[in-house]
Amino acid sequence: MPIQILMPALSPTMTEGKLAKWLKQTGEPVAAGDTIAEIETDKATMEVEAVDEGILGQQLVAEGTEGVPVNTPIALLLEEGEDESALANVDSVAAAPAPAAVAAPATPVAAAPTAAPVVAETEWDGPTQTQTVREALRDAMAEEMRRNPDVFLMGEEVAEYQGAYKISQGLLEEFGAKRVIDTPITEQGFAGIGVGAAFYGLRPIVEFMTFNFAMQAIDQIINSAAKTRYMSGGQVSSPIVFRGPNGAAARVAAQHSQCYASWYAHIPGLKVVAPWSAADAKGLLKAAIRDPNPVIFLENEVLYGQSFEVPQGDDWIVPIGKAKIVRPGRDVTIATFSISVGRALEAAEALAQEGIEAEVIDLRSLRPLDAETVINSVKRTNRLVTVEEGWPTAGIGAELAALMMAHAFDWLDAPVTRVCGADVPMPYAANLERLALPNTADIAAAAKQVCYAD
Amino acid sequence: MATQAAKPKKVKGAPVAKKVSAKRGRAGPDVASANRDELLELYREMLLIRRFEEKAGQMYGMGLIGGFCHLYVGQEAVVVGMQASIAEGDSVITSYRDHGHMLACGMEAKGVMAELTGRRGGYSRGKGGSMHMFSQEKGFFGGHGIVGAQVPLGTGLAFAHKYKDEAAVCLTYLGDGAVNQGQVYESFNMAALWKLPVIYVIENNKYGMGTSIERASARTDLYHRGQAYGIPGIQVDGMDVLAVREAGRKVVAHARAGKGPQILEMLTYRYRGHSMSDPAKSRAKEEVQKMRQERDPIERLRGALLDNKVTDEASLKEMDRSVKEIVSEAAEFAQNSPEPDVSELFTDIYAEA
Repeated sequence: MPIQILMPALSPTMTEGKLAKWLKQTGEPVAAGDTIAEIETDKATMEVEAVDEGILGQQLVAEGTEGVPVNTPIALLLEEGEDESALANVDSVAAAPAPAAVAAPATPVAAAPTAAPVVAETEWDGPTQTQTVREALRDAMAEEMRRNPDVFLMGEEVAEYQGAYKISQGLLEEFGAKRVIDTPITEQGFAGIGVGAAFYGLRPIVEFMTFNFAMQAIDQIINSAAKTRYMSGGQVSSPIVFRGPNGAAARVAAQHSQCYASWYAHIPGLKVVAPWSAADAKGLLKAAIRDPNPVIFLENEVLYGQSFEVPQGDDWIVPIGKAKIVRPGRDVTIATFSISVGRALEAAEALAQEGIEAEVIDLRSLRPLDAETVINSVKRTNRLVTVEEGWPTAGIGAELAALMMAHAFDWLDAPVTRVCGADVPMPYAANLERLALPNTADIAAAAKQVCYAD
Repeated sequence: MATQAAKPKKVKGAPVAKKVSAKRGRAGPDVASANRDELLELYREMLLIRRFEEKAGQMYGMGLIGGFCHLYVGQEAVVVGMQASIAEGDSVITSYRDHGHMLACGMEAKGVMAELTGRRGGYSRGKGGSMHMFSQEKGFFGGHGIVGAQVPLGTGLAFAHKYKDEAAVCLTYLGDGAVNQGQVYESFNMAALWKLPVIYVIENNKYGMGTSIERASARTDLYHRGQAYGIPGIQVDGMDVLAVREAGRKVVAHARAGKGPQILEMLTYRYRGHSMSDPAKSRAKEEVQKMRQERDPIERLRGALLDNKVTDEASLKEMDRSVKEIVSEAAEFAQNSPEPDVSELFTDIYAEA
């Protein structure tokens, strides 16, 4: 049987085309790779190459014909040993079956089905010690590095300088230069090296001096770390932690004062945590290092020096994906994360003086987001205020508001209200910077507003 | 001159920047440098890639393969020669013109073709497509779609080999388009600084999509691109599989011995457009034809095999038939394998903690 040469689709969107020119005539020999015709697609003029070898037996579509549908036979190729008589056997209109149209599965409006429910950490009844967030983060890394030789730390100034913010103090001395690695200032490069090492099964902790500089590396974080497991059908994972300070520090202006929480929380394949207390910083960092997925670990420079009670010993782990009610209350829910938790607690204290009992939820994880804890709280308080340093548009507060619409609509007695960073690049001037960040008074005012108490 | 390998120039102050292949231009591959079985295997592997890619092009034309599809036709000698220079346990990573690399790594044609058609039997179970396939078993780490991004990743694989005290090396492929990305130099610097066992194989096919290297790069020979970092570079006739293998063996031994990264610039040529939907109008037709006629890596080896009586026409014809059969079976499999189950939409996003 002669081989049918079909009208090819030569772009992802082409459905028909013009047979502009025949470059091989009837009777001419054709070798694999020879150009046999020119086709005008919806985008360009393309050459059609032969895949098989033989003799061009017959042209079925005349030069200049427009609107030839993809997959229509345009010519017949005689194989070795065949002559023209073989052409008679061909039903020249029999087109190859078009690929069946694929019904796209409906995109669910709700989020993807969640995996096994995350169980919160059990209440710690062992001994505790007072530690700064800085010390807690260092201990978390040291304990996990002792536990697993594949864990290593890399980043700018992490080794000999002991960390730009002194988070890695003492680690070089204990673990040596093989596992505590100073990098050049080259974020995209070392983020990619970390991901490549994670592909091979190592457990890198990549420190960004601040997350502002991680924008240089965000392609490696999203396209390489977050997506590879899915693109490989589950074969290749990226067990890596990207950590460093996020959000505003003090008086460092627009390029060094940005909250990236909602950027990373947007990405399937990433886990995102942003702890407030030292106990959570330690327990969550240990969980992040043990996690087989890429984890964005958002710290806060202002919190590094703050002290909290931290469980003693190596066994303290806080599961990723579980929020924590840090102050119970019946009148209004305040959901927040990172440094704003402290401000929310201060606001709750002030509100209590006025007879309003606020429930403060530390989200701790932003992806997966523990919507259940917030929803259950709102079902009791009927009011929600969200607080974040980031900008309002498409922020974590916007996400929480949408979740309440979907899951707590009937319980709401007031619109969900967001307290966010001002929608401006961070100003340098002290007075303007104060105005750009959510403070205790802003949070209290928003809570009173949703309680109709102002 | 389109058909001649550029003359290697010694760059002043360059560590070792040179071309090793003695056989250039129209001279045939040096068949004395390999035994009969090796020669036939190299030929067979190149032929398999060629036939596979032609079939993929045809299936794209039939609408069975969607999206982007970047064919490797013309460049086969590079990956086949390099693969013959490494050992089990070594790793390989490349960009999106990757079907040839997968086949050369020993991945099955069926699984690769079924991924192109987006089916369950594909290496990524239909979720990656042409640009995203992996086989940890064969040491192949993708398949990456962002130009240049595979270079830090491959450097990281080499970092892991060294960290684990393995004697393995990583072959990191990149094109002449990728060499102008900043992250390539970030990688060069750290690889040299830390003496990582990585070989950067620059496949210089002269065009980044439609832009010729003359219009994209201040200097058009690329083997000295590591000069600032003390990385030795060698320019190789990438259309001669034996020259590629010889150069590959040298640099692999160097990297395996802990002496740090190396650069190989492979002078090669892609016959097809950048992707299936690129009309490749930026090149003169004569340039492509001349390359095919005079420099084709498969035809040149074929000629040398026959001239030197390594094998005969009948045996090569038989090999051609068996390769075609593998490709036909792959095409058949790729069309009959079912689409992924709809439940697959939400799997493989996270590994179980």
